[in-house]
Amino acid sequence: MNYILENARVIDPVQNIDSAGDIAVCDGRIADPATMPAGTERIDLKGKVVAPGFIDLHVHLRHPGKTQAETIHTGTLAAAAGGFTSIVAMPNTSPAADNPGTIHFVLTHAEREGVVKVLPCGAMTKNLEGKEMSSIGSLKAAGAVALSDDGRCVQDHQLMRHIVHYSRTFDLPILDHCGDLLLEAEGVMHEGEWSVLLGMKGMPSAAEELMIYRDIILSRMTNWKIHIQHVSAKESVAILRQARRDGIRVTGEATPHHISLTDVEIKRFDSNYKMNPPLRSEEDRLALLEGLADDTLTVIATDHAPHTATEKMVEFDYAPFGIIGLETAVQICMTELYHKGVLSLPHLISKLTKGPAEVLGLDIGNLKTGNPADITILDPDRETVVDPDQFKSKSRNTPFAGYRAKGCAIGTIVNGKFVHRAF
Amino acid sequence: MDVKWTRKDLLSIYDLSAEEITLILDTAAEFKKVSQRKIKKVPALRGKTVVNLFVEPSTRTRTSFELAEQRLSADIINIAADSSSLRKGETLLDTVKNIEALQVDLIVMRHSAAGAPNFLAPRVRPGIVNAGDGAHSHPTQALLDLFTIREKKGTFKGLNVSIIGDILHSRVARSNMWGLLKLGANVTFGGPSTLNPKAFEKVGVRVCHNMKDALEGADVVNLLRIQHERQRSGFFPSVSEYSKVFGLNPDSAKYLKPDALIMHPGPINRGVELDSSLADGPQSVILEQVTNGLAVRMAVLFLVAGCLK
Repeated sequence: MNYILENARVIDPVQNIDSAGDIAVCDGRIADPATMPAGTERIDLKGKVVAPGFIDLHVHLRHPGKTQAETIHTGTLAAAAGGFTSIVAMPNTSPAADNPGTIHFVLTHAEREGVVKVLPCGAMTKNLEGKEMSSIGSLKAAGAVALSDDGRCVQDHQLMRHIVHYSRTFDLPILDHCGDLLLEAEGVMHEGEWSVLLGMKGMPSAAEELMIYRDIILSRMTNWKIHIQHVSAKESVAILRQARRDGIRVTGEATPHHISLTDVEIKRFDSNYKMNPPLRSEEDRLALLEGLADDTLTVIATDHAPHTATEKMVEFDYAPFGIIGLETAVQICMTELYHKGVLSLPHLISKLTKGPAEVLGLDIGNLKTGNPADITILDPDRETVVDPDQFKSKSRNTPFAGYRAKGCAIGTIVNGKFVHRAF
Repeated sequence: MDVKWTRKDLLSIYDLSAEEITLILDTAAEFKKVSQRKIKKVPALRGKTVVNLFVEPSTRTRTSFELAEQRLSADIINIAADSSSLRKGETLLDTVKNIEALQVDLIVMRHSAAGAPNFLAPRVRPGIVNAGDGAHSHPTQALLDLFTIREKKGTFKGLNVSIIGDILHSRVARSNMWGLLKLGANVTFGGPSTLNPKAFEKVGVRVCHNMKDALEGADVVNLLRIQHERQRSGFFPSVSEYSKVFGLNPDSAKYLKPDALIMHPGPINRGVELDSSLADGPQSVILEQVTNGLAVRMAVLFLVAGCLK
């Protein structure tokens, strides 16, 4: 199906485009509207925004291994509904994606039942144990786009140094979950005023800071890219800012929940507020906003982490870490960042397109003529209320039920085909 | 004062108003009189069933609750579950739903995880009385401490209360803190810096890391039990050093006001946090706390039972 999206505000941060105009889709690719034959279907998008398809660098699809919480099919349906056209699948499945077979499994299922594009991330170490390097070259050959031990930061600095150095040969960026496991041992929430008042074990910001320092040093030593996942602490933003000024190849992401919620919520003892890294203080939240505004943080990623209701309906201490995010991210970002004046629309879109594409080093997240037509259509002013019962995801573990949002993705196009259309 | 009790649960002192706390203390004073009669039993909870669900072991609190329930003529079931075995099999919510299905009226629960009773209370019909959850809250211990202080000192306004020990891991310290602050007392926390976080200053507590500052001018001192495992975790070098630097002994007790009360939630490590001569001395009200605990728990059970649907 060929068509022209017309009368929209077209924003493409990669090509530095922000203007009223038309975008044509021909045979699944972006085309020049002038070259389209007369009579081509025209879709009027007056008042709407056409952007490159959003990329989520941080998604747990749980497949293989925990398909009661999510599958490649339901996870990609959720991504489409949320406005994402490409998602990076974290390797902490069961078995872990530490071998070419599991990467192949993910790609095969994504091909067969995926609704959006799945970019698999390989594990840095065997079985994510942080002890031995995984077969990084084979992971690359199988189709991995990056490496991560997300959820379990490699503690052995010598091993980490070798991993970063070795990955460079294969052009695979490192996506690191930074946390010193001894400093945050047994922690269930941010260490601060509220953990002290509630009598709960805290995870100090220092645990994150320490490993970000480590990664900055290793990135400098090896001259290779390290992307810091879900930056949550004020001090972490400051460290990254300085490192980037110094020319070190480190980038960072923020999640929609860390920019909109704080640790005061924990007094509800609702495990839908439990995640790792934890919700931190208001100061930390404000520092993340600053980090996004000055491009210390170039990426927004969800850390979509599905868990079943059974797993989450337990004492806070015993609940697993993580919340889902694919179907709320754009609403939260539009509300908290765009409508509250933290980021302009092109700047916000760059965090979901240009930023993640640069981390991966891939020619995606843009509207260049000839590239696959992966497009996200935004209605910047549509008001919605988050209703988990409407989610396409198999899981419902979100703290945003009832959240009133302004702005959302009303269309998601993958290879020219609408996979979500709410207009 | 005209305040009505409207809660089916008692989860933490943090939730209560000063008036509600005073109502419990006034009610407890009536029940204390009952305990001094020849016939100590009243029919207030006759026909009601109370389950004592102890997911963390306890002897003194459970005994006190059980006796309070008996004195109120309730029917009682005791369930002791090890939290680890509970985790392997049935979830806590399922366990409590099963108890609910037996048409039980009240559940008194102790749990090692902070917030466990807060998690359950809105999800089940029976009233939940928190008998201690992790390091979060121990409302009836705080109430019996408040009752004892009020009985001896008459008022809380301007009273200097020092709580000494492992504040970081203490639900007793936290519950006392909220109650004392709401009632107008000045609260000081004393203990080693590793176990006594400065963050408490944000809610108006004075936080001291040496005993002179912590005890000077105190009308009441409440000592917390120091657990040996904290030494193994590296919070302080040794029990003997702890005792010398942070224990209450005749030397450090000289900073207290001469008529200061000496309190302890028990069990005491004699010679560690509290010297025997003081534990058994004229200023000690430790055993009266135990007596008052019974009256306070009767009052709490009576009040929440009155709000059941």
